[in-house]
Amino acid sequence: MTLVLFLEQTLNGLQQGVMLFLMAAGLTLVFGIMHMINLAHGSLYMVGAYVAASVTLASGNFALGVLAAMAAAGITGMVVELIAFRRLYDRDHLDQVLATFGVILTFNEATKIIWGPQALFLSTPEILSSTLELIPGAPYPAYRLFIIAIGLIVGLGLRHLILNTRLGMLIRAGATHREMVGAMGVNIDRLFTIVFGIGAMLAGLAGAMAGPMLAIEVGMGEKILILTFVVIIIGGIGSVRGALVGAILVGLVDTYGRAFLPFILRSLMEPSAADSIGAAVSSVAIYLLMAMVLMWRPRGLFQAYGD
Amino acid sequence: MKRISILTAAAAVGLLAATQAFAADPVKIGMITTLSGGGAGLGVDIRDGFQLALKQKGGKLGGVATELIVVDDARKVENAKQAATRMIKQDNVDVVTGIVWSNLAMAVVPSVTRAGKIYVSPNAGPSALAGKKCDKNYFNVAWQNDNLHEAMGQFVADKGFKNVYLLAPNYPAGKDALAGFKRFFKGNIAAEVYTKLGQVDYAAEIANLRAAKPDAVFFFLPGGMGVNFVKQYAQSGMTKEVPLYGPAFSFDEGILKAVGEAAVGTFNTSQYSHDLDNAANKAFAGAYMEAYGRKPSLYASQGYDAALLLDGAIAKVNGNVDDTDAFRAALKDADFNSVRGAFKFGPNQHPIQDIYVREVVKDGDAVTNKIVGKVFSDHGDAYAVDCKM
Repeated sequence: MTLVLFLEQTLNGLQQGVMLFLMAAGLTLVFGIMHMINLAHGSLYMVGAYVAASVTLASGNFALGVLAAMAAAGITGMVVELIAFRRLYDRDHLDQVLATFGVILTFNEATKIIWGPQALFLSTPEILSSTLELIPGAPYPAYRLFIIAIGLIVGLGLRHLILNTRLGMLIRAGATHREMVGAMGVNIDRLFTIVFGIGAMLAGLAGAMAGPMLAIEVGMGEKILILTFVVIIIGGIGSVRGALVGAILVGLVDTYGRAFLPFILRSLMEPSAADSIGAAVSSVAIYLLMAMVLMWRPRGLFQAYGD
Repeated sequence: MKRISILTAAAAVGLLAATQAFAADPVKIGMITTLSGGGAGLGVDIRDGFQLALKQKGGKLGGVATELIVVDDARKVENAKQAATRMIKQDNVDVVTGIVWSNLAMAVVPSVTRAGKIYVSPNAGPSALAGKKCDKNYFNVAWQNDNLHEAMGQFVADKGFKNVYLLAPNYPAGKDALAGFKRFFKGNIAAEVYTKLGQVDYAAEIANLRAAKPDAVFFFLPGGMGVNFVKQYAQSGMTKEVPLYGPAFSFDEGILKAVGEAAVGTFNTSQYSHDLDNAANKAFAGAYMEAYGRKPSLYASQGYDAALLLDGAIAKVNGNVDDTDAFRAALKDADFNSVRGAFKFGPNQHPIQDIYVREVVKDGDAVTNKIVGKVFSDHGDAYAVDCKM
């Protein structure tokens, strides 16, 4: 194990964390502010990926594909919120789980009907398909650096939105004193729809960014969704800052676990046993992390605004 | 905030199931296969191959009207088990087939064979079911899991590579794969890496791989995993530095369509290829192309062969599949023209067959496999000796 490899794996962890953050930011807002468990958040990620692929393939322009994906996911999210989720805010969490699980099934089947059961594929945009030797001796894919940059920009943007804008103020107020904000004449329903739309748009962005790296397939959202829940539980439900820290933590722990655990175990036992035990342990590393964080801080690393 | 329900929520994500049923009567065949999620391409090919054979024979196998019940397992053990129980207890099928993944096969096949039903595997061939746990009701028409990897071990050794990096998913077939490779490759193993089944991002593994500086990489990543890995490997600029070798599962027609030119020039081993030169295959590849608009993968050929195997055996017992002893004997004769050419069953009812090496080439705009040589002739498996039937 060398320093170069360690730095490279750190970049990998950051990149994975940033993708998770894009997902977690929306989910944590919806969860923290509307007290709503939305299992269908992964479906919006899938919508983003599919729309990005279709538009990029048709127009040959990846940037256009990303914008279309964000728009499509945002609009889809708001429509679903208006039609279905709005009725669930006051219901039990179990009802929400069942209803949003139904939404997942609907989205998956609809995607199969529209795009077919076979996976879609998107190649990396030409300009980002090279590698950059940021760390000497470890050329790193430019596209992954681009993802890290986008994630950090989104993080700063969200921070500005929540702390410095009227909308952000309403979001914070709506989370802690929902009735009071309503009584002051703010249209809470519309506020929730907007928050939902922002979350959906970010999920769509994540899906679009994942497109060139992954197979775009039905059910891709569920895989990332489980990790996303881990992130927001670690970060503290409702906190965007918590989502960022949690996401990067999960990304790093998962990557380091996969990359280095077998190495460490190899010094303790014979290689083939070390490799298979390392694989098994690293796949539960993030859940161990979650358990430890919850023991230390049962409400997650960062408190949301009240609750 | 109810944390318990959050966790329940995350767990609840694993519940997808869709069923399809086709109506008819006498011989009933239950097909449990993967039609959604990351492994969908494999199950779809198996189903399409099987259905093509059934259609060509006018909806009859062995001259008897055949009902095929197809259930999607979404690569989940629970779904596959549930489907098997329903097929055995409720639908009362005669034969079960279709399972793609070895971990699902290990969970389902023993209960099927114990219930006195025949199981014909069109894909998964875990070592346990070929050796000590072999069963007279279990037939594998594809291969024993190790076979294609053994051939690649031999090929990579013949090519003169000395230091090879191994990568496979952490499930029974992944272990079998690396065991098979190592049975014939005696050089140095740089590392044996097991990834999570269904993993989508391989950045961490690729960085480690680069740092280990092997001469070559042998990887077994079927379906969507293979697509993601090969794409990400190309993105990291590794393709030119360290060549990739693998079984056909890592380079099937579906994967090649997705990764395109990134795979050109690589080699993989297979018992089947759409360009195999025999009469049965020419007819099959043409009909498959016409029916589905794509070249048949090895999975499609295995689904097709599973139907032909059943067709031959049902004909031999005149449709009387309830006479299980006679039906088993008929199946064991394997009286059918396999699209892969010569085929017979070994003592553990797994194939004895030839294994080829294929190169990934550009054919016009498309990227496809082309047979370039044969690695093994009449190759059986290493576990047959442990099978007491």
